[in-house]
Amino acid sequence: MRHGDGGAGGRLLSAKMRTYGFIVSFLLVPLILYVVFVISPYAQAFYISLTNWRGISANPQYIGFENFGRLLDDDVFWAAVRHHGLLLLAMPLITIAIALFFSFLLNVGGGSKGGAMRGVRGSGFYRVVYFFPQVLAVAVVGVLFQAIYRPDGTGVLNGLLSTVGLGPVGWLITPDLALWSIMGVVVWQSVGFYVVLFSAGMSAIPKDVFEAAALDGAGRFRLFFGITLPLIWDTIQVGWVYLGIAAFDCFALVQVLSVDRGGPDNATTVLPLEIWRTAFTFSKFGYASAMGVALFFLTITFAALSLRVTRRERIEF
Amino acid sequence: MAIQTDAVRVAPRAAARRRQKNSVGVFGALSHVALIVWTILVVGPILWTFLASFKTNPEIVGDAPLALPHSFGWDAWGRAWEKAHVGRYMLNTILVVGVSTLFTMLFGSMAAYVLARYRFWGNRAIYYLFVSGLSFPVFLALVPLFFVVRNLGLIDTHLGVILVYIAYSLPFTVFFLTAFFKTLPTSVAEAAMMDGCSHTRTFFQIMMPMARPGLISITIFNILGQWNQYLLPIVLLSGSVEDKWLITQGIANINTSAGYEADWPGLFAALSMAIIPMMIVYIIFQRQIQSGLTAGAVK
Repeated sequence: MRHGDGGAGGRLLSAKMRTYGFIVSFLLVPLILYVVFVISPYAQAFYISLTNWRGISANPQYIGFENFGRLLDDDVFWAAVRHHGLLLLAMPLITIAIALFFSFLLNVGGGSKGGAMRGVRGSGFYRVVYFFPQVLAVAVVGVLFQAIYRPDGTGVLNGLLSTVGLGPVGWLITPDLALWSIMGVVVWQSVGFYVVLFSAGMSAIPKDVFEAAALDGAGRFRLFFGITLPLIWDTIQVGWVYLGIAAFDCFALVQVLSVDRGGPDNATTVLPLEIWRTAFTFSKFGYASAMGVALFFLTITFAALSLRVTRRERIEF
Repeated sequence: MAIQTDAVRVAPRAAARRRQKNSVGVFGALSHVALIVWTILVVGPILWTFLASFKTNPEIVGDAPLALPHSFGWDAWGRAWEKAHVGRYMLNTILVVGVSTLFTMLFGSMAAYVLARYRFWGNRAIYYLFVSGLSFPVFLALVPLFFVVRNLGLIDTHLGVILVYIAYSLPFTVFFLTAFFKTLPTSVAEAAMMDGCSHTRTFFQIMMPMARPGLISITIFNILGQWNQYLLPIVLLSGSVEDKWLITQGIANINTSAGYEADWPGLFAALSMAIIPMMIVYIIFQRQIQSGLTAGAVK
């Protein structure tokens, strides 16, 4: 029923106003929270990095790029960057290799049965167990591994070594070894996540692809390198980016696990730890923000590069 | 002729199958060994933590750290709960994570619904504003965030932590739920609107129930992420308000003070208390957790 143009237009208008009112009312609170606590700090960080703010003076002084100039001469900063470089190279490689191996066993390793490739027996159980460390807090895992890595015979790992007659190893107190020990914990915690991730990728491969290859006599190596690997390349790439971004963090683990927070002698320090320490222990807020900006550009550069380098033709199936 | 070709083709296949069967034996055994070794590596440290919580100090730091405890007593658990305040930290964490997850889901799904289902000026801009939060390292914001919270008078308060948790959980929640709301059929909501149901009622009574699977995954994701958060509590809840601390910072601090008091069983009891709730949640929601945590990667 129409009551003339004016009335319909009026009702249309009021319906439109109601819709807009609804949109605004639903977006307002989330948007305010997000802008106040997330966007504005990110924006301020870039400005603070150009000041010598130490938290006391109301008006921080603008000093241009002086903080960044000092960063270039800062040995601890470069040590942290080097550690990120090492973590970036080794951590994804080790984690992905182990996770690929296990997910292959769990999805294809059981051979064919009734024409379809299966995982080894109990694969559901392994997937559940392997994933578990992922749900534990990194801080809790750090405390746990302190007991495992204790340098004398009382550590779990050294206790095990002593039963086969090997001397105690200073897992966290030997400068050359400490970062690797910490990396080992990251790998321990994250392998399960990537097993599940790669398993999802592998189960999306049509079974008859494996079946056909197996019937043609392809061994497990061929099945893995010739079929599985190329077909889940997309998923591996995603995993690589995730682990790479994780390599720029490691804050909680290094803060909790390493001796002297980043020691011995800065052998395990990472940028997030230096940012936290510079800001909240030394109150050098301008300098800490400059490190934050550096970290931001490192992360962004890595993400952009890795997406370019690993991009390959996607295989449709 | 045709029959012969068939026979010729079948023979190598049978051979291949036989070959495969032999290799399954050796390969299968080796792969089980590898899988069991990693199982021990994963379960071992956690099991050892539980056992150590029943040991005495000399048993733990003695020469046989792998031996079983002599007797099973709950003394250390009591000490951790009372003296090390693990009970307090646990209750604080339940309060903070409970409230902030609830409001993360409410605000997140409200924003995601509007962004997914309504066309208006600025829709894309707001969506990308939310999603951009996924690509910034939180350490960049750390210093200004501390002062934003302090200037609002919320430093050292649970309210401050809750608001910050909600804000930092929004990017992924909005990102995931926007995609999820787009996959839901529009017909039911349209029919409801035709019948005079308001926008708000349509959202709460029709869309929210339809979106349940997605909401559950992201709720679990947020609970885990917020429960395990360590950086934000140590920045926002300083040492002067120890009674307001959350579980992760509490556990990390017991560790640093354990050096002086050397109550190792207490430390391991505290660790066990932090691990057990996660274990229970994981066992119950194992499927949703695995799909929820890996969901971001599939997108």
